[in-house]
Amino acid sequence: MPKKIRVLIAKPGLDGHDRGAKVVARALRDAGMEVIYTGLRQTPEDIVEAAIQEDVDAIGLSCLSGAHMALFPGVVKLLKKRGAGDIVVAGGGIIPDEDIPKLKKAGIQAVFGPGTPLTEIVQFFRNAAK
Amino acid sequence: MKLVEQVLKGDKRAVAKLISMVEDDDPGATEALASVYPKTGKAHVVGFTGPPGVGKSSLINRLVREFRSRGKKVGVVAVDPTSPFTGGAVLGDRIRMADTGTDPGVFIRSMATRGHAGGLALATFDAVKVLDAFGMDIVFVETVGAGQSEVEVASRAHTTVVVQMPQSGDAVQVLKAGILEIGDVYVVNKTDLGGADVMATNLQFMMDEKEGWRAPVAKTSALEGKGIPELADAIERHHKHLRSGPLWERRESDRARKELLESMRRLLAETFSEKGAGEAFESNVKSIVARRIDPRTAAANLLHDLPRSG
Amino acid sequence: MFHPEELKAVEERLRAWEGTTLRDSLKKQPEWRGDFVTTSSGPIRRLYTPLDVGTKSYNERLGMPGEYPYTRGIHPTMYRGRLWTMRMFAGYGDAADTNRRFKYLIEHGETGLSVAFDMPTLYGYDTDAPEAKGEFGTCGVAVSSLRDMEILFDGIDVANVSTSMTINSPASILWAKYLAMAEEHGIPWTKLRGTIQNDILKEYQAQKEWIFPPEPSMRLVVDTFEFGSKHVPQWNTISISGYHIREAGATAGQELAFTLANGFEYVRWGLERGLKIDEFAPRLSFFFNAHNDLFEEIAKYRAARRIWAREMKETFGSRNPRSWLLRFHSQTAGVSLTAQQPEVNIVRTAIQALAAVLGGTQSLHTNSYDEAYQVPAEKAVRIALRTQQILAHESGVANTVDPLGGSYFVEALTDHMEEEAYQYFDRIEALGGVIPAIRKGFFQQEIANSAYRYQKEIEDKERTIVGVNEFVVDEPAAVEPLRVTTEAYQRQLGRLRRIRKDRDPKKHARAIEALRKACEGDENTMPRILDAVRAHATLGEICDAMRVVFGVWEEPLLY
Repeated sequence: MPKKIRVLIAKPGLDGHDRGAKVVARALRDAGMEVIYTGLRQTPEDIVEAAIQEDVDAIGLSCLSGAHMALFPGVVKLLKKRGAGDIVVAGGGIIPDEDIPKLKKAGIQAVFGPGTPLTEIVQFFRNAAK
Repeated sequence: MKLVEQVLKGDKRAVAKLISMVEDDDPGATEALASVYPKTGKAHVVGFTGPPGVGKSSLINRLVREFRSRGKKVGVVAVDPTSPFTGGAVLGDRIRMADTGTDPGVFIRSMATRGHAGGLALATFDAVKVLDAFGMDIVFVETVGAGQSEVEVASRAHTTVVVQMPQSGDAVQVLKAGILEIGDVYVVNKTDLGGADVMATNLQFMMDEKEGWRAPVAKTSALEGKGIPELADAIERHHKHLRSGPLWERRESDRARKELLESMRRLLAETFSEKGAGEAFESNVKSIVARRIDPRTAAANLLHDLPRSG
Repeated sequence: MFHPEELKAVEERLRAWEGTTLRDSLKKQPEWRGDFVTTSSGPIRRLYTPLDVGTKSYNERLGMPGEYPYTRGIHPTMYRGRLWTMRMFAGYGDAADTNRRFKYLIEHGETGLSVAFDMPTLYGYDTDAPEAKGEFGTCGVAVSSLRDMEILFDGIDVANVSTSMTINSPASILWAKYLAMAEEHGIPWTKLRGTIQNDILKEYQAQKEWIFPPEPSMRLVVDTFEFGSKHVPQWNTISISGYHIREAGATAGQELAFTLANGFEYVRWGLERGLKIDEFAPRLSFFFNAHNDLFEEIAKYRAARRIWAREMKETFGSRNPRSWLLRFHSQTAGVSLTAQQPEVNIVRTAIQALAAVLGGTQSLHTNSYDEAYQVPAEKAVRIALRTQQILAHESGVANTVDPLGGSYFVEALTDHMEEEAYQYFDRIEALGGVIPAIRKGFFQQEIANSAYRYQKEIEDKERTIVGVNEFVVDEPAAVEPLRVTTEAYQRQLGRLRRIRKDRDPKKHARAIEALRKACEGDENTMPRILDAVRAHATLGEICDAMRVVFGVWEEPLLY
């Protein structure tokens, strides 16, 4: 049986708009993956600890309140510090174009803005597991 | 084995990786479990069963905090169903345990049933072994709650906690068959909704003494954090009860028996399968369709002809 | 509305048409899709005729505007008497940043103010709280103190402009700050006009900006009803919202039903407190989404008015016609804005705004084209405001009341939405009511299911989103960035430090203690909140005191 891909979907910070995160979680499930959805109001510590204990292949972060620059890179940094730098991190939400290169430089491998097809997101996580 | 060494040294990432290895049945999983096994036997394994929506996850969250405050290291294995159509799963029990996730004395692992019928995953109790070896004093196992979860968990855990919530209507609704026999501790959760007293009293009334233990009925509100210390006490009392006499040995013996049987069946199923039977399988199928042979005889023949492993 | 003889003739004609003209046309040119559906995936037929309206009574079902059941509008003259309020939701950075934006909007013709708060404020945290890290001012203005409120409205005549504040869990506190600010300026509370959103039920269902569990939160809401009816009579102490429910993924029918169900729940809680219905109901207001499907939205608003009027009169027995009026604010659908080819959002917003106006909204916010990227830049927000002004002054749609009244299509759709709403009311009741249904995750699950279905329709190309899954260009978007500055952040932190240092510590401690006691008991919390605000307690300090007494809510998981 092909190995199951495990993904953590997390909402860091205070933003409670979870429509996108939930739709993505469901899409990944429908694509045969095991999705751990952390729920709202997660700190980078919460997220990284969960990712390690759940031995996920990748993390998807969602933020619509404009606080992504403050929240996303912190997750990558902490993963590296905990020896889990091999876990792939992607982000999504309301993110100005100019911030995308900055996020990528900070280690966020992909940024999925509004209108990204789910198939693209699913494919990304499939590849991330390899 | 390096991974096992790291686990025994207390490396959480290694624990997680070992659990994955066992879950995925990777090569080396059997060997790893073999190295880990001698270090198990200390943890108190507590299974939680009860219908979906009754509050198992929230209750476990509260209990994790309670047992931590009692100086215990706590592990949790939370199982959710895999979709039979897509093979995927959303594992959401961890949400309810968010505030305990970063405590170094806590380890929470979410697991999908991956097609296994019943309320658990095949690897659930192997994951429990890893957590046991890792040093957890108590390991909670949360079942899916549907189907025959109760039976499965009761046969593998030391203490089975059956969680219910107040039913609408005044009489105790007909509880699932067997549920009154299976629990070591009963909980009526969601007392904040009202009606809990009646239900608890009725349940208590129905409890018989079994092996010197009359299952207590605890009333809790996981939402409000009420009744938790009393529930923790009941769980610890049962542990003591098991440990005090011959019961612990007997339970361990039962568990070992069931696990051996299951491992045998598994091994057998892997070898004695469509793949294992090779070409003979297909030719038997044709014969069955042609009414030259019946399925039972065909199976017996295949078993007889199965090559012995060295 | 039609005589049976006439209807019979129409039916004959319709059947004939179907058998001849239509059939021939379909043979030559079949319809280009098998099903035509609304944005909510509801089926739309090819043609609507008098048969869809039937013999229903005009007087009963529609009546006159400004009279029960208000289907056609809550005022006899609607926009001929007064245009809807052009009320642009605004806020970012610190109070000074937002004060400038308010003045810009007023200068360009907005007629009412609307405050957007940042995440920490929405959740009852001061800017310097650990939970607020990285979240200052990014999606709204930070208001931690009374001083912030003063700066926010500096130079604005709050006695003569109405202010809406989009705040929920800590609504009573922000309202108290506004009231205290007005008090400092010598403005009597009886003159103040405005709204606090204060709709906690939809937070559990959709927006998720909760702090406390449902019961203490509802108590706080009813405290504001009570206080408002006595002391701030022109203030709408709640804006019962469907906007967020819709944005989270609900269909128009769900938006309508869940919003009204929440409304009825607030009425029940007010009555339970012992308030007389006609004392507080006139100040209940509503807030709906203005989404893509033009006619579905118009039907939704009309159905809303009719249902609310009927229930308030017949079920709740209110006698004051002002209790029967459903007054609402609308906002064009944020979730429909695309990051791709953002200028095209101007068109979306215009059509959505049209729906709200044709539907009889009392107040309207139009989104800016850059909002799939950020809080709006000046030029973008100006275009959004101009959109309303075009509708009001150039399009002609405001020249008559309920222009689509009598349209066979719109009336049929209105009736259908009304029926659908009642089906939902029954389901919610079967679950034990709104709050038990929230605990069971009913609304959350319905919303998540609709959201997923909508997304699948887009993925499968059953639903076209221009620029996203069709008519795509590979062009970077030209969006002028708007950033929160570090200077603003430092100003905010400095202010908080100074306030905590300069205030009378004894007065502060006494006020917090009195507030805590009030929360534990059952006196109205508003006077104690006001005292705490006057003693310069910050938002976070007040909420922390409340958190200790009320606890914190944990949501049931569903996806």
